[in-house]
This record gives sequence, structure tokens and C-alpha cells, in this order.
Amino acid sequence: MKLVAHDLACRRAGRTIFRGLGFAVAPGAAAALRGPNGSGKSSLLRVLAGLAPAAGGTVRLGDLDLARDGEAWRERVALAGHLDAVKPGFSVRENLTCWADFHGAPRARADAALERFGLESRADDPAHWCSAGQKRRLGLARLLIVDRPVWLLDEPTVSLDAASVAVFAQVVAEHCAAGGLALAATHVDLGFGAGAEVHMPAPGASDPADDDANHAASDPFLGEDWA
Amino acid sequence: MRAALALLRRDLGLTFRAGGGGLLGIAFFMLAALLIPLGVGPEGGALARIAAGVLWVCALLACLLTLDRLFQADLEDGALDQIALGPLPLEAAVLAKAAAHWLATGLPLAVVAPVLGVMLSLPGQAQATLVASLLIGTPALSLIGAVGAALTAGLRRGGLLLSVLVLPLYVPTLIFGAQAADRAATGLEPGTALLFLGAVTLLAAGIAPFAAAAALRVNLR
Repeated sequence: MKLVAHDLACRRAGRTIFRGLGFAVAPGAAAALRGPNGSGKSSLLRVLAGLAPAAGGTVRLGDLDLARDGEAWRERVALAGHLDAVKPGFSVRENLTCWADFHGAPRARADAALERFGLESRADDPAHWCSAGQKRRLGLARLLIVDRPVWLLDEPTVSLDAASVAVFAQVVAEHCAAGGLALAATHVDLGFGAGAEVHMPAPGASDPADDDANHAASDPFLGEDWA
Repeated sequence: MRAALALLRRDLGLTFRAGGGGLLGIAFFMLAALLIPLGVGPEGGALARIAAGVLWVCALLACLLTLDRLFQADLEDGALDQIALGPLPLEAAVLAKAAAHWLATGLPLAVVAPVLGVMLSLPGQAQATLVASLLIGTPALSLIGAVGAALTAGLRRGGLLLSVLVLPLYVPTLIFGAQAADRAATGLEPGTALLFLGAVTLLAAGIAPFAAAAALRVNLR
């Protein structure tokens, strides 16, 4: 299942964040999403997850079309955002088993995921004892539980130490080797290879005729012609 | 169904952990009801007249107290994204979360209400009806409240706005619930009021999950 975006646009709060974005990620490949702060990487990932609507363009995943098959689409993607969804009141293990139960996955997968991310010694501790890096690892460990082919990763390595970054890069590589695909907004090198990069369009690349300021000027009721 | 039960179990578990505020609603309910005799005076006749109404108003406020974090906590830490991407339609997830809220708040209210009824000298023959009215009516409080909680999930200090939004919608539940217990207290037949109360709850169960899910989708963008 290839992830293909064509002429994708995103608007938030009446502002065009980006437009004319096109890329393709093949199954078994991981791509790094590059762009300066504020270029819309997080917004793009939320659009690709089916949580936010696209303002234009098409995204296809195999035979699925994002605009048409929303429910089926959302069942194929996993999102690891910059929010970890870690509940401080639960223990580290419970934070994963509750999602395993929710997704109908075997609970044994939670222990395997904890071990993979080096959290097995903290499994029974309350999650509010965890450091920021451990919470992030716990959030990433959920990816191994939900078992989705498409991973959308928003700054996954923030607050991780070098060893954990290496482990995570290895986990992504294994996911891809098993036929999955991943798109990661990141500023570090996760070893995806030089060709595997998606660049956000520069903010200036947006069509000026469609911006709100120009919109007002071309609007007969807002422009001078009206008076 | 399995996913809905897992979500319900998770929410119930979180409610009774540190910071979940599990028994806060019930403690508020008992304290507020305890304050009434202190304010009104111990004279049995006056208390008995207002007992049913007072208990219902207190139940309503206790329910509101715990509603504001229903979706807000999950929205803030990203868990709502994960729920939205889960195997469950968002409408069913809302229903599961409202059910968890009711089990943690509405059900305990109905259980302790008879004790407070005695304290407010509610006539003995009205006790069963009071409990029945709370059991039938409080699910509507959780369901209607879920819509308000979903609308205000993205707002700082949304709790105040939530109260203003939701309290007017609680009026039918309050009227029929208090009416049922009051009629039983004065020796009248409470059946009709209970039926109307059940109708309000069913209506809320039919509409609230869709309204709350629509509000959550906007918050998730």
C-alpha cells in the first residue's frame, strides 16, 4: 500500500498553511518530513491521520482515498504525536495494556514493547515517576501495540537520548522491513537514507491570489469598487 | 463492544487513581445536602417539603463538578487522538466515556441518596422512588454533560462555560426527577413522572453521543 499525496493543501483558522504538496512513500520505506518550524509538518501529519480535513488535493493509500474512506483510513494509521498520551495515574505497564485492550491486541505485546524500549525495569512504577524521555519512549512503544501499517511520527525523537534514538531508528527499520511505511517529521537523522525526504513547500510558494489579504482586495464588497 | 468495554474500564480506573477525582462528586453531594438543614433549620416539616428538590439539585451540581475533565484531560495529553484513531466510532467512545462517568458519579449518588433523604426527613414511602428517579435520571446528566464537555474541551477554564451551557439542558431531568420523588412523598402516584424522566434519558442517549462526537472532531483538528 503506497501512500501518495497529490497537490495537498491545508488551511487552519482561515490561513493557508501549505498548498501544492505532493509526495509518495512506498511500502517498506520510511521518509523524513523536513521543513522549518511552522511550515505545517504537524498539520500535514494530522491531515494524513484523518483527524483534520485537507483543504484541497488528494491522498491515497493503496485503493483507499482519504476524503472518501475516512473510517477505513483511520484504522490503518498510527500517530505518535508530540503528545505522549501517557496517564500519570497508571503504571507504566498499564499505560500500554489499556491500549492493547482497546485495540484487541494481546497484553503480552505490551511487555514485549516495554522491553524493546528498555522500560521493563520501570513497568510497575507509576508513570508520573518517569522522566520526559521515558514518557516519550512509552508513547512510542504504543506503536508496537496497535499494529498499523502506516506510522505517522511527529518529532518522535524529542527528549530521547542517543541510545534511545538508535533503538527507535531500528524499530522503524524493522517496521518497514515487515512491509509497513513511516513518515516522520524530524530534525535528526534517523538513517532513512538521503533520497527518502519529503520537503514542505516554502511558505512563499503559496498562490498569492488565494491568500486572505488578497481575497479581501479581490472581493467586490470589500474592495474599493463597491463604494 | 470489546473496545468500548476496554475504554470504560480504563476511564473507571483513571477516575479512582491519583488526580482522577473519583469520589469528589459524591463527597460534594453529601456536603451540599448536609448544608441545607444548617441553613433552613432543623424543623422537620419545612425540610420534608423541599427534600426531594434539594437532593436533585445537589445531584445535578455534583455531576457537573466532575464533567469538565471528561474529554479535556484526554485532549490535552493526546489520548483523544489515539481514541479517534482506534477501532471504535467516536460516537461509541463518547457513550463509553459517559457510561464510565455515570458509574463513577451517578450510581454512587443514587446509592447514598436514601441516607441523605432520612437526614432531610424525606417521608419513608418516597425513598424508593427517590432512588429510582436518580437511577433513571442521572444517566441523562452524564450524557447531556458529555456534549457540553466536548464543546468546552479545548478551552482553559472551560468548566464555568460548561456549567452555563449544560445547566439549562438539565431542566427537564430536574423537573421530572424531583417531581417523581415529591409526588411519592405526598402520597401521589409517581409513575408518570418516572416515565417522562426515562423518556428524557432515552432522548439524551440517542442525541448526545452524536452531538458530542461532532464537537470532539472539531476539537481534534
